Amino acid sequence: MTAHDPVRFVAKNMRVDLALIAEMIAPNTRVLDIGCGDGALIDHLFRTKRCDARGIEIDMAEVTQAVAHGLPVMHGDADMDLEHYPDGAFDYVVLSRTLQAVERPRQVLHQMLRIGARAVVSFPNFGHWQVRWQLLWNGRMPMTPTWDRPWHETPNIHPCTIRDFFTLCAEEGYAVEHWLAADDAGRRAPWRRFPRLANMFGEQGLFVLRRA
Amino acid sequence: MVQTASLATTEHTHVDFDDGITLECGVTLARHRVAFRTYGTLNADRSNAILICHALTGDQYVAEIHPITGKGGWWDQVVGPGRPVDTDRYFVICANVLGGCMGSTGPRSPRDGEPHSGKPWGTDFPPVTIRDMVRAQKRLIDHLGITRLFAVIGGSMGGMQVLQWAAAYPDAVFAALPIATAAYHSAQNIAFNEVGRQAIFADSGWENGRYWASGSTPERGLAVARMIAHITYLSEQALTRKFGRRLQNAPKDPSEAISLFGEMFEVESYLRHQGSTFVQRFDANAYLTITRACDYFDLAADCDGDLANAFRGTKTRFLLASFDSDWLYPTAESRSIARALNRAGANVSFVEFPSDKGHDAFLLDEPDFHRTLAGFLRGCAMHAGLLP
Repeated sequence: MTAHDPVRFVAKNMRVDLALIAEMIAPNTRVLDIGCGDGALIDHLFRTKRCDARGIEIDMAEVTQAVAHGLPVMHGDADMDLEHYPDGAFDYVVLSRTLQAVERPRQVLHQMLRIGARAVVSFPNFGHWQVRWQLLWNGRMPMTPTWDRPWHETPNIHPCTIRDFFTLCAEEGYAVEHWLAADDAGRRAPWRRFPRLANMFGEQGLFVLRRA
Repeated sequence: MVQTASLATTEHTHVDFDDGITLECGVTLARHRVAFRTYGTLNADRSNAILICHALTGDQYVAEIHPITGKGGWWDQVVGPGRPVDTDRYFVICANVLGGCMGSTGPRSPRDGEPHSGKPWGTDFPPVTIRDMVRAQKRLIDHLGITRLFAVIGGSMGGMQVLQWAAAYPDAVFAALPIATAAYHSAQNIAFNEVGRQAIFADSGWENGRYWASGSTPERGLAVARMIAHITYLSEQALTRKFGRRLQNAPKDPSEAISLFGEMFEVESYLRHQGSTFVQRFDANAYLTITRACDYFDLAADCDGDLANAFRGTKTRFLLASFDSDWLYPTAESRSIARALNRAGANVSFVEFPSDKGHDAFLLDEPDFHRTLAGFLRGCAMHAGLLP
């Protein structure tokens, strides 16, 4: 990484989301993974579901790693590069734990649902009780296993809660086809039907959206 | 000149085409020759061929001792047994470009209709384009009985040919690797080329392009052209690292350059060396022809101004690669090609490698680049059914 590169997105544990996201993707589909890291998900989708899976990644070292593994990955970022894809180019566009780190989350979502039939979005939930408790009790910016960098170092400039995300989807007219909350280890949380509970106890949210 | 004689007399493996090729400028060459080299073995179903496209001053001697300079191949580190372009696995072809001087038809070749008169084309050689070069290569590939190239790879001007190949013959190119290149020549690219050409014109030995008649060569002009170009191939960091401001004594030989100051900077000596060795293996008129071909190159202009139109519906898998200190064909050019390919819905990988070596980095020891090339080709081989 050279000095002028933008700061890396949140240090993400791809393995956590990987299985959950992969479950939501149908075989033999066209998939774009934004912020694909070393390409673990697209590799998995190609090998197990014969998907035409491609990736975009901002960290050049990760891009090099992915391409050196024979994966179709290009250097780019969610804010700048999505506009260059044609309408409906993909069946799924995946944004895993990256939404909170982009410059313009609303536009990124809009682009995702322009170029893809469905958007699969996961993000760390800022509504988790530990986050709320730390801010309430200490009066300091929360530091948790999920939100693990001090406010002045974090690339996560647009944190949101699961309820915030529902609101944005409603405002933008996106249909939530499927959603779930999970803990940091990627285990599905059992509050499937209750957004308020999920927002309290889920460490991350995972949504599948389509244009309504 | 001894050196020029060896350029003139060296024989190269070639194939002649007598059925005529009409160039983009409208002129038809009744016959043309393509000089080429191959490495490795073509498999039974002819599916493992890789075409390497050489750069402005490169030639077909990719991975072997050069017959004129006696030096190793220009891409020895990339092409060979066990190398990223593995000749144990792939059948590698490289042809001297149309307009070149290493055996393919160019300004040094006998004029049409006068093959035995010894009269070369000289500056009457018609202007060729990157597209013409690629069409000549396509003839060779057809002649070799190959309908689909597994990959076409090239850096710099070679990368322009790769783009042209992918645009013109999408079904004949499974994977395309344009490296450290651009889809058009910028005003700055053209400007540097023009200074080089003017240096050749200004040499009295050029004799309006008819130097072959008197047996002279515009050595000084061609050397200066090479020196200018060579600066554009490096970076400020690389020059500083290699030479800094170090001085050395001027050459003792009074005929050698200007020893006006009694001493010279090492970088000056280096450039003079680059210039003087270059003229042994290159023809001035070919240099004019090929730099012009680069300057004419503008792939988007051939497609209603949108580069994406050149690639719509393509099934070719692309790897764009650039180097962060390359200011001749900067990363922004590769990125805009990658984005055009995105607009066309193509399968694109795009990597920029950190290096302080400038444009030349694609020819040098860059382990990350080589690892990525190898991995990309391996991935493509899997998709092409060349690997289990």
